[in-house]
Amino acid sequence: MAKPAIILENISKRYRLGMVGSGTLREDVMGWYYKVRGKEDPYSLIAETNNRAKKGSSNYVWALKDINFSIEEGEVLGVIGKNGAGKSTLLKLLSRVTAPTTGSIKARGRIASLLEVGTGFHPELSGRDNIFLNGAIMGMRRAEIKSKFDEIVDFAGVERYIDTPVKRYSSGMYVRLAFAVAAHLEPEILIVDEVLAVGDAQFQKKAIGKMKDVSQGQGRTVLFVSHNMASIRNLCRQTILLSNGTIQSMGKTSEIVSDYLSYHSDNHTHQSLKEAKRFEGNLHIEFSTIATLNNELLESQTMVSGEPMNIRLGLAINAKRKYSKLHCSVSVANEQFVTIMHLSTDEGMGESLNIEDGVGHLTLNCFIDQLALPRGKYYLSVFIWDQSIVFDHILHAKSFFVSDGNFFGNGAIKEPRHTMFLVKNQWTQIDQHG
Amino acid sequence: MANNSDYTTVIKPHAGLFNLKLREVWAYRDLVFILARRDIVAVYKQTILGPLWFLVSPVLTVVVYMFVFGSIAGISTDGMPQAVFYLGGITLWNYFSSCFTATANTFTANAQIFGKVYFPRIVAPMANVLSNMVKLFIQMLLFVGVLAFYLGQNDSTIQLTEEIYLLPVLILMMAGLSLGIGIIISSLTTKYRDFKNFIGFGVSLLMYASPVIYPISAVKDKGYGALLAYNPIAPIIETFRYIFTGHGSLDWGGLMISGIATISILFFGLVLFNRVERTFMDTV
Repeated sequence: MAKPAIILENISKRYRLGMVGSGTLREDVMGWYYKVRGKEDPYSLIAETNNRAKKGSSNYVWALKDINFSIEEGEVLGVIGKNGAGKSTLLKLLSRVTAPTTGSIKARGRIASLLEVGTGFHPELSGRDNIFLNGAIMGMRRAEIKSKFDEIVDFAGVERYIDTPVKRYSSGMYVRLAFAVAAHLEPEILIVDEVLAVGDAQFQKKAIGKMKDVSQGQGRTVLFVSHNMASIRNLCRQTILLSNGTIQSMGKTSEIVSDYLSYHSDNHTHQSLKEAKRFEGNLHIEFSTIATLNNELLESQTMVSGEPMNIRLGLAINAKRKYSKLHCSVSVANEQFVTIMHLSTDEGMGESLNIEDGVGHLTLNCFIDQLALPRGKYYLSVFIWDQSIVFDHILHAKSFFVSDGNFFGNGAIKEPRHTMFLVKNQWTQIDQHG
Repeated sequence: MANNSDYTTVIKPHAGLFNLKLREVWAYRDLVFILARRDIVAVYKQTILGPLWFLVSPVLTVVVYMFVFGSIAGISTDGMPQAVFYLGGITLWNYFSSCFTATANTFTANAQIFGKVYFPRIVAPMANVLSNMVKLFIQMLLFVGVLAFYLGQNDSTIQLTEEIYLLPVLILMMAGLSLGIGIIISSLTTKYRDFKNFIGFGVSLLMYASPVIYPISAVKDKGYGALLAYNPIAPIIETFRYIFTGHGSLDWGGLMISGIATISILFFGLVLFNRVERTFMDTV
């Protein structure tokens, strides 16, 4: 069995909230005074779990609490979790930017984070000087940088500018040079934080590609943090799910990811619409529940871009009568409440919807083969009517989230600010003059 | 997990009080040189005079001092030519003050880098001391030039002493003192910024408490002159002038005390710095 490349034991990290001021000094002095007398510092252990949304009574929170895990050599471990779950704190501890409050981390070999590119670059210095500076900051010896110098310059494609101050570089050249140094670092343990990834899509792709090479080709250990479920599924065999500073679950990536997607849903998954405010309608038929279901038909608040999605509507039939040619529709609005999609039984159901005669329940399912939305928050509005009468109409009955996924099949991610929805497209070169 | 010995990196909440991680610092020695080089090169990039800029400040300062303290105030220069006296004092004092100021700002100035990458934090102030030493050598050339001019005159009143061999010791003491006091202040400023307000005027006040513009002999007989005995910088500057000119005094006892103070301050500073560097990112 391979030995673990990195072991975390009982890792906790406590942070202080609020401002540093004279009150802090008092606590420091008191804490020190308790310690001197051999008593336990009363300030040292009062802390609460990290739940941003709730108001707490203590000034201290545990950003991480009792984290235990190890990574085998050559393994790619994914780390997922909501914002504020402790992912960045974990990376900070691993990259030794700050020390844990309790516990220990043992690692074999150099730990480096790939995407901290360009750290310490000095604008006045030439590309050449900055390669040495940046490499040395990341822990390379001078001789080591020298031996890889040509390779780095080549990879970055900035040979012509190598003796020009980097402040004259285009931003693209700057990033390429910085990344080239990082890519040639060859650490034994690599930390990749996609959440913090900067640069354009092409650069991100290059970074991920390099990470793949490093982990698969060279057998290095990688810790990969991402919000993108598609790349987590693609790259990691094992995944850890963090939640409020603790490990919520850990295991095979596919299980953890679906766990995350359903957990992420909070309690709004299966939403009762009994109390919802109606926009219009006589409620002979009314919407009683609404739920969003993922690929595996599990209720979830979070859908993955490019994957199947189901919208399940529960309806209560209140008036005993015959209904014919019913129309039911769902519209999807984005966070600015702009309607961007309309899905209805008119085009999505083979036969028209009829109810012979009765009181009771009806469930409708709307299946979307490939969710063509970029990541973000969306609202569903529901509407049911026949030719002349509106039975029920609820605006923004339910919200759901879309996370980045592999819509295009090649890992490309669209920024929500660039597009409201996703459309597959093909590019070909027709001609070239010149 | 039977064999823990082959883990090269072990991260724990607290390092041993006296574990100064010197081995790790040694592994990062290249970074010290590269950072020092950056500091020097960046100053004169895109300038015409280049490294000559390091000489402009002492020359102008000496001219002003000769006028204000020499002519107007008429403060004694212990029989040395004014140019030699002031330039000697300023050269060594500037080394201390620029090392100290830069070192005292280590954490705040480098928060960007420190927040992203780990390396032994002491590397940054060490690079500071080194780059300032290069600056000192350039300024020493000026001093030696002026000194040579006066030594070459027929009626020269000054002469090199045989204790000139003390020069490297004096420079190292100055380096140790500025590093030591600097890292103590920088460790204290990470959480409480109060000390930062003190650095600026503290340094200029400290200059007046050191024999830069006056010789020790001028204050010896006055009551407050005794205070100089508590300033470890005083004997260093006085000795520096003495070994080049034969004027002033060479107080072995004072020098010894100053040396002991330097070593203690430096050691205390390293211990303190070492404690703070581990979590300073949380409070800086």
